[in-house]
Order: sequence, then C-alpha cells, then structure tokens
Amino acid sequence: MAFGKPDLGSIVPKGTEFDPALVNKMMGKFGHGGFLDMEYVGHGADWVELAIDWREDLVADPDTGILASAVIISLMDNATSMSIWTKLGEFRPQVTMDLRIDYLRPSPSGERVYGRGICYHLTNSIGFVRGFAHNGNPDEPLAHASGTFIRIGDRVS
Amino acid sequence: MTDTPYSLPPYAQALDMTIVDEIDGVPVIGMPFTDRVQGRPGYLHGGAISGLLEIAAIAAVHRALQAKGSDSAIKQVNVTVDFMRGGLSQMTYAVGEVTRLGRTMANVEARAWQDDRDKPIAMGHMHYLIKAKREDAA
Repeated sequence: MAFGKPDLGSIVPKGTEFDPALVNKMMGKFGHGGFLDMEYVGHGADWVELAIDWREDLVADPDTGILASAVIISLMDNATSMSIWTKLGEFRPQVTMDLRIDYLRPSPSGERVYGRGICYHLTNSIGFVRGFAHNGNPDEPLAHASGTFIRIGDRVS
Repeated sequence: MTDTPYSLPPYAQALDMTIVDEIDGVPVIGMPFTDRVQGRPGYLHGGAISGLLEIAAIAAVHRALQAKGSDSAIKQVNVTVDFMRGGLSQMTYAVGEVTRLGRTMANVEARAWQDDRDKPIAMGHMHYLIKAKREDAA
C-alpha cells in the first residue's frame, strides 16, 4: 500500500450517498487514524460514533495508564468531521478550523473510548459540530467537544 | 534514556516526538512527518498537530513548576486548537508558553510551526489544574 490513505474525493464521488462505515475503512485504517485504529461504531442522520481501544503506546502517564488527551482530540476530530458528510449525505473537502475539548474526567487504563460527533448546523462553507467521548455509557461522558470545519476546494460560486 | 530533563510520555514517543531545542529554557518538541501522523494525503492530521501542541504545553508547565521548585502534578482541563495552515509533509515544531502560573491553575499557549516560527500552522490554548502531590482533592 502506498504511503497514506487514498484520496476520499476520488473514492466517494460527488452525488454518492455517504457511508460512514465504508469511509472509516479508509480514514480509520490509514495514516493517523490507522495508527489509532479507529473503528466505526454507528451513525444517525447527523452523527457518527467511532471508537479507539486502549493501548499502552497511547498513554500519557505510564503510572496511571490514562490515555493521552490528544487521542481524544483525534477521535473527536474524525467523528465530527464525518458527521458533517453524514448530515450532508455526501463527501466534500474540508479542514478543521478549530476544535475545543473539555476533559470532564480521564479515560481510565484498559478502557475503550468512544467518540460521538454531531453536526448541528451546516452552511455552504462551514460545518458546526459538537460531540462527546465516553467509555461505553453515553450518559457518563469523559469529554465534550465543539468546533467548526471549513469547506475547501471545489467551491460552487 | 538520554539525559533529557523531562521524559516524554509513551504517546509522544510513539509519534517520534523528541525534545529538539530550547527557547528561553522551554523545551521545543519536534515531530517528523510519518504515516502515523498523516491525515488527508500529504498533510498532517489535526489530531497529531494537537498532540504535539499538548506535549509542548505540558513540558512548558513542568518547566515552569520546576523553576518554582514545585513538584505538583498537573491535570488538563481543556484545550482549544486553531488550525491556521495545512501541516505539510515535513518536520513540525512546537513550544508552549505559560502565560500565567497560579497556585491552582496554569494558562498556556502553544504554537506549532514548520519552516517559520512566525507562520504558525496551529495554536493551542490550554488550562491545567495544578495539584499538590499525594492530594486527591481537585
């Protein structure tokens, strides 16, 4: 396999129904997503849930085994990004403009971490997202996220 | 282990981050471009850039605490990352600046850049809780 992941734009052509499970097979299995080994968990009309298994090399503090907080950022970045395409029903090129994460509690040693990204508003240029991370019970979140993505390239004027 | 004053966590080592320099006594963290940090083809993943910013921020807080003779532990409360430029397939650097170090919390700004420090690819704003060692109360 060549360096990195395939170009999503060529694999998910415009007008094709967006399938988060299929797309995660690329985003979650190559590059940084592949390093973290992100798995597709589920999706709805405007949300996508992904998960990462706890691993020793993703730890911030070897004494406690607590996951590095940046792992949560990557998870929420991918889940929220995919929630935009899911709400839109198709892929469009975009980049993260900003992302904020509030860490309510650490993700404990050995625990799988789930990230649900929700696109709550979409304009022609901007996708507004929020989301949360948990360890299996969505009622007990470990982090909250909010951010924006900006559309790039192929802009229709 | 080398004689680095501060050992980087497993997550940072897995992404090949190292302390490459110091600016005003604060460690500069370097991260080479590898498949492990790639997002869309040819560009850094936002999460990997955020990870670099966080490692730089934590190193800066540790250094600031050390300078005060404190052995307190820190706990991250939140982070906001602005992504300003695409991270290209080359070495990326980051350094943190502790803008305020109080008794209970620290405010930190971290900057990531590639060729030119005046052209950051991302900036992070973080808050850390400072916890005296062997104390469970937050």
